[in-house]
Amino acid sequence: MSGPGAEWDAALAEGRFLLQRPVGGGSTVFPPRAFAPGTGAALEWFEASGHGTVYSATWIQRKPPEPPYNVVLIDLAEGARMMGRVEGVTPETLHIGMAVKARIIAGEAPIIVFDPVEQAHG
Amino acid sequence: MGDTFPHGRVSVAGAATFGVGEMPGHSTIEMAGKAVQLALADAAIGLSEVDGLFIALPDDLFAGLSLAQYLGLHPRFTDNNRAGGASFMSHLVTACMMLDAGYLDCAVIAYGANQRSSGGKLSTPARPDRWDAPYNPMYPLSFYALAAARHMHQYGTTREELASVAVAARLWANTNPEAFAKGPLSVEDVIASRLISSPIRARDCCLVTDGAAAMVLTRTDRAKDGPQPLVPILGAAAATWYNSVTQADDITVTAASESGPRAMAMAGLTPGQIDTVQLYDAFTINTILFLEDLGFCAKGEGGKFVASGAISPGGSLPVNTNGGGLSCCHPGMYGMFAMVEAVRQMRGTAANQIAGAKTALAHGNGGTLSAQATVIFGNAETV
Repeated sequence: MSGPGAEWDAALAEGRFLLQRPVGGGSTVFPPRAFAPGTGAALEWFEASGHGTVYSATWIQRKPPEPPYNVVLIDLAEGARMMGRVEGVTPETLHIGMAVKARIIAGEAPIIVFDPVEQAHG
Repeated sequence: MGDTFPHGRVSVAGAATFGVGEMPGHSTIEMAGKAVQLALADAAIGLSEVDGLFIALPDDLFAGLSLAQYLGLHPRFTDNNRAGGASFMSHLVTACMMLDAGYLDCAVIAYGANQRSSGGKLSTPARPDRWDAPYNPMYPLSFYALAAARHMHQYGTTREELASVAVAARLWANTNPEAFAKGPLSVEDVIASRLISSPIRARDCCLVTDGAAAMVLTRTDRAKDGPQPLVPILGAAAATWYNSVTQADDITVTAASESGPRAMAMAGLTPGQIDTVQLYDAFTINTILFLEDLGFCAKGEGGKFVASGAISPGGSLPVNTNGGGLSCCHPGMYGMFAMVEAVRQMRGTAANQIAGAKTALAHGNGGTLSAQATVIFGNAETV
């Protein structure tokens, strides 16, 4: 039997973005745990909606002509926070408070990235 | 119960720095060993009397064992606590309790690093955790950048206010012979320096230097008979909230908001009764965050506070009177140097001595704003 980290990895490899919550209710847990931090309560998996909001953002500079890349903190709609990257934005368009949606890039090392959500259509 | 501290019953008997700035040709343990020798000489205590060793080194997970070997001692206890730059304040907590309990009679806390001479880049075995690592944050810089960006968003803190922290540090350094970075530095210079991980620029970052420091602790009854002015330890508290600041509830509030009030309660002091503050300024945002969290100004007002000149020479709250990690020295982990400067202020021997100072707060930060530890020193009048 795998630990929660490996279970999360396996789900991601199948294209699913999982979070945890205490059985019977409580705050969403991420990164995965074997029990709820602070209380020790039993946890269950559920699928994230993928919706979130940019909580903070930084642009890491590289030697030109390589463009800078961003690293963000995302507040997930379910309540947990994770590090991430927003795709298709520039230092001018990426901003704290921006609505985003998770997307899984499949591959040998699948990764969750975020795309801006058009507020007018969201 | 909890937080029972031997208020004033343990004191700093000896303190020293070695090789601050550049000291080529020395290993980390050689640097630390030399600082221990100087601190013991400062205390007029023989090497053979040391029975407790507290140390963290950047390149040695078993630093306490290495220091015992290097010094040729069989200590009763060694402590390799690695809470990053807060390690040494955490060491002090343990040492105070063990000395007061009579488990130890003479404790040494030490650090040494050759980061400038060995390559000029911050060398640390620490890495982002597996949940953060896929996004390639600079470690630890981008984590502090995320805190700074959020602080600017949440409270309107400005780029100029961040820069004023570096300017204040430089003003103190300019009159400290031991400081590594000297010369004029303006807010405009800081803002024009190279962008690294927005909003953090090159001059928002601490130095990369060599340097070693050590302190000798004994019970106060013994330190009273020593050659140095008495520097009793009035309170000390460590607080740890997570490893990655990604997991902070509010990234603009650090565990210093816990360690500071706890240490001040032990000392029986309020922020208004602290005469000088030495804190771990790895980046300019740190000074703002810690001054807020330690209670020297309200949350969100740190930017205005530092830009007002309050922390500069002549200001109402002398902060990092040696020039701090930004302009005095930063050999990888700065905690020891904040404490030694606080001790010098209490002895009345600091390069930028604050006249009449009777209390000094030293604050360490470890990880990515993760582990915080606060120590309050006094002088003979405070016990």
